[in-house]
Amino acid sequence: MSEVLVVVEATREFGVKKVTLEMLTLARSLGTPSAVVLGGPGAAEALSAKLGEYGAAKIYAAESAEIDGYLVAPKATVLAELVARVQPAAVLLASAQEGKEIAARLAVKLDNGILTDVVGLDADGTATQVVFAGSTIVKSKVTRGLPLVTVRPNSITPEPAAATPAVEQLTVSVPAADKLARVVNRVAEQKGSRPELTEASVVVSGGRGVGTADNFKLVEELADLLGGAVGASRAAVDSGYYPHQFQVGQTGKTVSPQLYIALGISGAIQHRAGMQTSKTIVAVNKDGEAPIFELADFGVVGDLFKVVPQTAEEIRKRR
Amino acid sequence: MNIVVLVKQVPDSGADRNLRTDDNTVDRGSANNVINEMDEYAIEEALKIKEAHGGEVTILTMGPGQATESIRKALSMGPDKAVHVLDDALAGSCSVTTAKVLGAALGQLNADLVLCGAESTDGRVQVLPHMIAERLGVAALTGARKLTVDGGTLTIERQTEEGYEVVTAETPAVVSVWDTINEPRYPSFKGIMAAKKKPVQTLALGDLGVAPAEVGRAGATSAVLEHSKRPPRSSGTKVTDEGAGGTQLVEFLATEKFV
Repeated sequence: MSEVLVVVEATREFGVKKVTLEMLTLARSLGTPSAVVLGGPGAAEALSAKLGEYGAAKIYAAESAEIDGYLVAPKATVLAELVARVQPAAVLLASAQEGKEIAARLAVKLDNGILTDVVGLDADGTATQVVFAGSTIVKSKVTRGLPLVTVRPNSITPEPAAATPAVEQLTVSVPAADKLARVVNRVAEQKGSRPELTEASVVVSGGRGVGTADNFKLVEELADLLGGAVGASRAAVDSGYYPHQFQVGQTGKTVSPQLYIALGISGAIQHRAGMQTSKTIVAVNKDGEAPIFELADFGVVGDLFKVVPQTAEEIRKRR
Repeated sequence: MNIVVLVKQVPDSGADRNLRTDDNTVDRGSANNVINEMDEYAIEEALKIKEAHGGEVTILTMGPGQATESIRKALSMGPDKAVHVLDDALAGSCSVTTAKVLGAALGQLNADLVLCGAESTDGRVQVLPHMIAERLGVAALTGARKLTVDGGTLTIERQTEEGYEVVTAETPAVVSVWDTINEPRYPSFKGIMAAKKKPVQTLALGDLGVAPAEVGRAGATSAVLEHSKRPPRSSGTKVTDEGAGGTQLVEFLATEKFV
């Protein structure tokens, strides 16, 4: 079976992200998965056990401080060389900022088609995408070159399949043309122990109805009780209640968790764009006519400052 | 500084949007077409840079004839002129071929800085800035929430999952921005009137040295095979809180095995 390259998405502390496990699972239905680690020194060794657990038969490691010191261009060059050498059946990357950027450059280098935000991929290369605020399902295909796709997090259930990957170190030489955008600083921000928004199986979001930044503690409390991530509507972000990186919707993140709880969110189409493929949706809003109730599996018309504390209390009671 | 801002006309994301049943492309005919929202932030950023450092701001749009409306709207915010890449053969172009065409147009415009929105609200593909930079062999600073210009040095801050990165490059460069970077101005009445007289140059494929077979449906590197409407979600149970709303909510979560 031919190789399927999976470009590993990991945290800077060498934690394999769930989307990587989803991609390895998907890759096994297309061929033999080979993980590609593009990052700082030590990355492949730190990641190999987890990658093997989900079926990576091989790991290609391109590790250097240099590859990490410039914005994505060196990674695309290494990947293009690898693709030319191993002629994989497909290349999968995460549909996140960097994954899309690497894929974009790879597409131009190889003059190859690209499909982004893919939620499913058949063995014949037919991809499924959900577009227009979750309203339309599209089947599409790369018609020039190999299937080069970015996979949206939370699309596939990761399934382990033990393998013992051999690690092959790739030679990295970064050409001058790839050194144009230099990363001069990386600032880590405290995130606590909450799961990442796009990968979380539970997301609790707050909107304008939350009222103040301080009141978001209520949203956080419920999220923590359910082991979920915290999201926010654009109205809440624009009002300064919560940081932009947690925005769900048209100009923010798209999430597709098992459970989405919307607190004080009216459900404008821009918000629905980011969450309506969630499996189960629950809404609390004082306005019974709010459009969010049109998609909620369970809705409570009421004051969130009464309903949410009672919800939290009841969850604690049941433990 | 010679700044070019990429502007795309898109169907209004606040209304129903559709793909055409005949060729699976975006239905622009029946939609209310507007400037891609994120591009307004790029225009604002360009105008701020021009105000601080001098120079010229040019709008570059690839799109059908009706995109003229969005070009005039963009110009009413304050840019100096526009270039409209207009050719029937462009219909159905994929991102790879769009980058080829825009790259060819940019090759004639001699920009120090190309500004654009991080993504468009229709495709949300996010790949164009890096594709264009790769084609032109210039730096790409993408996903900026802040941009500073110091002579020929550009520095951005970009949000990442774990914090943020500070990235720097010399001009010429492509910079894409998110809606966190500024607050776009509204066109003034004077601006709207002035926009009507601003020069809009039209370029066809022949002017760019690109063959019709390389673009549009003929040259696309990917294809939509079929599309269907996702069944709309139906609303489930709705209760009014009369003192036990939270408890009822947890009962629902329990039946769904979330607690």
